[in-house]
Amino acid sequence: MTETFLLDGEEVLFAPGQTVLQAALAAGRYIPHLCYHPEFKPHGSCKVCTVKANGRFATACTLPAQAGLEVASAVEEVDDIRRTLVQMLFAEGNHFCPSCEKSGDCVLQALGYDLGVMTAGFRHLYPNRPVDASHPDILLDFNRCILCELCVRASCEVDGKCVFALSGRGIEKHLIVNSASGRLADTDVALTDKALDVCPVGVILVKRRGFAVPIGERRYDQSPISAQALADAPRPPAGSRPCAACEEGEE
Amino acid sequence: MSKLRVATTSLAGCFGCHTSLLDIDERLFDLLKLVEFDRTPLTDIKHCGPCDLGIVEGGVCNAENVAVLREFRRNCKVLVAIGACAVTGGLPAQRNHLDLGDCLSEVYLTEPGTRHGLIPNDPELPLPLDKVHPIGEVVKVDYFIPGCPPSADAIWKFLTDLIAGRTPTLGHGLIKYD
Repeated sequence: MTETFLLDGEEVLFAPGQTVLQAALAAGRYIPHLCYHPEFKPHGSCKVCTVKANGRFATACTLPAQAGLEVASAVEEVDDIRRTLVQMLFAEGNHFCPSCEKSGDCVLQALGYDLGVMTAGFRHLYPNRPVDASHPDILLDFNRCILCELCVRASCEVDGKCVFALSGRGIEKHLIVNSASGRLADTDVALTDKALDVCPVGVILVKRRGFAVPIGERRYDQSPISAQALADAPRPPAGSRPCAACEEGEE
Repeated sequence: MSKLRVATTSLAGCFGCHTSLLDIDERLFDLLKLVEFDRTPLTDIKHCGPCDLGIVEGGVCNAENVAVLREFRRNCKVLVAIGACAVTGGLPAQRNHLDLGDCLSEVYLTEPGTRHGLIPNDPELPLPLDKVHPIGEVVKVDYFIPGCPPSADAIWKFLTDLIAGRTPTLGHGLIKYD
């Protein structure tokens, strides 16, 4: 028997074990989200998928769907929170869209467009984050990192390499490369790695490919991110192999 | 109906947003039925009088920018930040993680070809600020139009909404950060 919950007053079917976000996306119903990826375990860190469930705020990507749950998502109160979260991400990093080759394919930018974010609203921090251009085929531009850990998860769980990790705490938290020198060139990262495909923003860039699709013809130029819900419907997990590199580190 | 009085300026910008305003092409004739220009690079009026609308391109990178921006805020009922630089600091703000003294010495003293260089210090040159700021960090801004530059259609949509008394909204395709 399939059960349903209410999303903005309309019934959504769900399968046992699905989260509110998974069930909504599978039904073609969009809930804004950023650090969630359909092939990975929910992370719940960016909070952009916040909804009001039975009157309480919760992240839709980690909230198990339950029969009869009343979820409010497309309401001004919740969109205000999402807008503020997106603004804080823009103010915290160096997000200069005009000079970013991910522009038009960037999830953070697409969320900003869709939520009507016209300004960062907070004082920009303009942090100093040098790029890592050491690798012949891959550029890392840390200025744009939003700490979603998708590359960390993909590199560990799918590629089994743990090339990336987060280090530091609070405002000092940042993405690092797991090699003695700290340089990407000194890791065994490969162009076929899953970790290179999952960055929602413009941190991990394959060199000499940036403008293969011209600005103006990219994914979120075609239609708003909210019209692309089904693209993030659940699909088989990308992998969950135990990572040798991580386990070594824990000993 | 009397015409709305409009002032525009480019601070630490490239005039690309002004060029995009001119890109509304023949709609300029429709616009000129509704507005008249005060201080702008188009009229070459040097100081801004009382205006209904002030449109500011570019961020704030030196002391003169601060003075001009404050003149606009004092005189304009509604102040609009147009373009990535006015909204976020934009390209000039990419120096913000560097020390200003280091920038000046590298450009004027230590780069090849600057052996007898001097850091310019003429009283006519406005003093640079240590950081480049979006204009919203210096004065209250009423509306923001992002984009580098915002398209002519986005500017037209914004202006026609505002002049008609509607809250300006840019939908998909018109709101762009790049």
